[in-house]
Amino acid sequence: MTTVAAAAATREALGPTLIKLREQGLDIAVVDGDLGISTTARLFGDKFPERFFTLGPAEQNMIGIAAGLAAAGKIAFASTFAVFMPGRCYDQLRVSVSQPNLNVKLFASHGGITTGEDGISAQAIEDLGLMCSLLNFHIVVPADVVEAASAIEVAAQTPGPFYIRAGRPKIPVIYEPDHEFELGKADLVRPGHDLTIIATGIMVSQALAAAETLAALGIDARVLNLSTWRPLDTVAIEAAARETGAIVTAEEHLVHTGLGALVAQHLAGVAPVPMGFVGMRSYAESGKWDELVEKYGLSPADIVREAQAVIARKR
Amino acid sequence: MIYAGQSGHPGGSLSSVEILAALFLRVMRHDPANPQWPDRDRFILSKAHCVPVLYAFLAECGYLADEELLTFRRLNSRLQGHSKMNSVPGVEMSGGSLGQGLSFSTGHCLAARLDGRDYRAYCLLGDGEQDEGQVWEAAMAAAHYGLGNLTAIVDRNGVQNDGYVKDIMRQEPLADKWRAFGWDVQEIDGHDQQAVIEAIERSRGVTGKPSMVIAATIKGKGVSFMQNTAAWHGKAPNADERERALAEIGA
Repeated sequence: MTTVAAAAATREALGPTLIKLREQGLDIAVVDGDLGISTTARLFGDKFPERFFTLGPAEQNMIGIAAGLAAAGKIAFASTFAVFMPGRCYDQLRVSVSQPNLNVKLFASHGGITTGEDGISAQAIEDLGLMCSLLNFHIVVPADVVEAASAIEVAAQTPGPFYIRAGRPKIPVIYEPDHEFELGKADLVRPGHDLTIIATGIMVSQALAAAETLAALGIDARVLNLSTWRPLDTVAIEAAARETGAIVTAEEHLVHTGLGALVAQHLAGVAPVPMGFVGMRSYAESGKWDELVEKYGLSPADIVREAQAVIARKR
Repeated sequence: MIYAGQSGHPGGSLSSVEILAALFLRVMRHDPANPQWPDRDRFILSKAHCVPVLYAFLAECGYLADEELLTFRRLNSRLQGHSKMNSVPGVEMSGGSLGQGLSFSTGHCLAARLDGRDYRAYCLLGDGEQDEGQVWEAAMAAAHYGLGNLTAIVDRNGVQNDGYVKDIMRQEPLADKWRAFGWDVQEIDGHDQQAVIEAIERSRGVTGKPSMVIAATIKGKGVSFMQNTAAWHGKAPNADERERALAEIGA
């Protein structure tokens, strides 16, 4: 793992990866909720128009059609923004996809507050909580565009439903181009002994920056990229608790229904340690994405502060 | 079946009998010995609470043993209260939340076109179900994609959970609405067996657009005390009612 001086949005992985998978012969069909240019799904449609179905902003129907395509044997991808899917089609995801465990892959872009200027209606901070409440879904939040592309490939090749959450802004690329995403495995992006920052999505690069600051303060922080929320890598989480004795979770999502809750629930039963939580606790507002990150407590400085507080409670 | 489980939806099951008879016994291409046959026609029960009538025809065709019907809605049975796929051969979709079947059918029809297969999807909807917005999203999409391999049927029995459809939510002019959405529409007497068969057969010849058959029916058809009443939408008969009902329908 090295920090590459490039920046890209995780959503940019969708179209090119779908094209690549189709060119490899995978039986992919894509349904789109009138946001294919933003999600980049449209690139697939330009190349394979017979396999790309525009449905307009009608998310309930989009998911039902994806379920039917999957029942007929297709690897069905559905893409739109994370506020609309799951928010606008939760019941369809529950009855038509989760309960029959169909092979539908959701790619939800514009997750979190970094969607920015459109404001709170467009900022998905509840989507992962909703998805965690649906059984059978694999849930993945890639940390950069490289991991996003690899996760899409794994999703296409793994039977069953997936939710992959991507983002709008260009964020640091932290992985080399040949990095391979492993489903259900937290990736150790920085070793350390004094505490573990378990981060997901855009917060992984924030956590790495925080770890640099902590190192200067004499605190040796481990950083785990927990991109797979389900199945949860309980082995890595438990080892982090036992070996470093303190945990801070960091996510671009509501803390009480998000990663912090997932990790705390698991550790409470097996290895309770002092924990801190970096994430959303309220609706945000319109603004530039990097300004929002600062104002709503998702900056490296917020992680540093939480880490120091948790360290003080160790033992 | 519903008596044995002491739970279920007799009214909307009885109103659909001739429709399922036409499909399972006359029109559809299917093979009970090979329920996953890729070229089979698909029957999608969007009004999934009326699954008793589906189980009855699956048993009639040999997908299920008659004895198993008596396990309906009971613990450890495959015969779930609302239709559930991957559980019973011949059940194509998991339903129970209204409005989802037409979208699911549309997905099957798009896949058939991609694969160059000539199977059809037949989707049965309720008339109360027409209140669901998703139905009209799917109506628009199926017409947009010109799905000549899709036949939808509305069991228009005029009664929904809490009362008469005309009182709960006005749907008139229903046929005109479907026509305006770009569908071929036929209106028939849903208890005239020959008319049902002919209408569905005719829909097979429609090209370039999906087909709608609006079947005027009577909720609880054949059982005098169940007919045309919301009270029998979702309730099981007692022993005496069961005897009277079976005598009236000549079972």
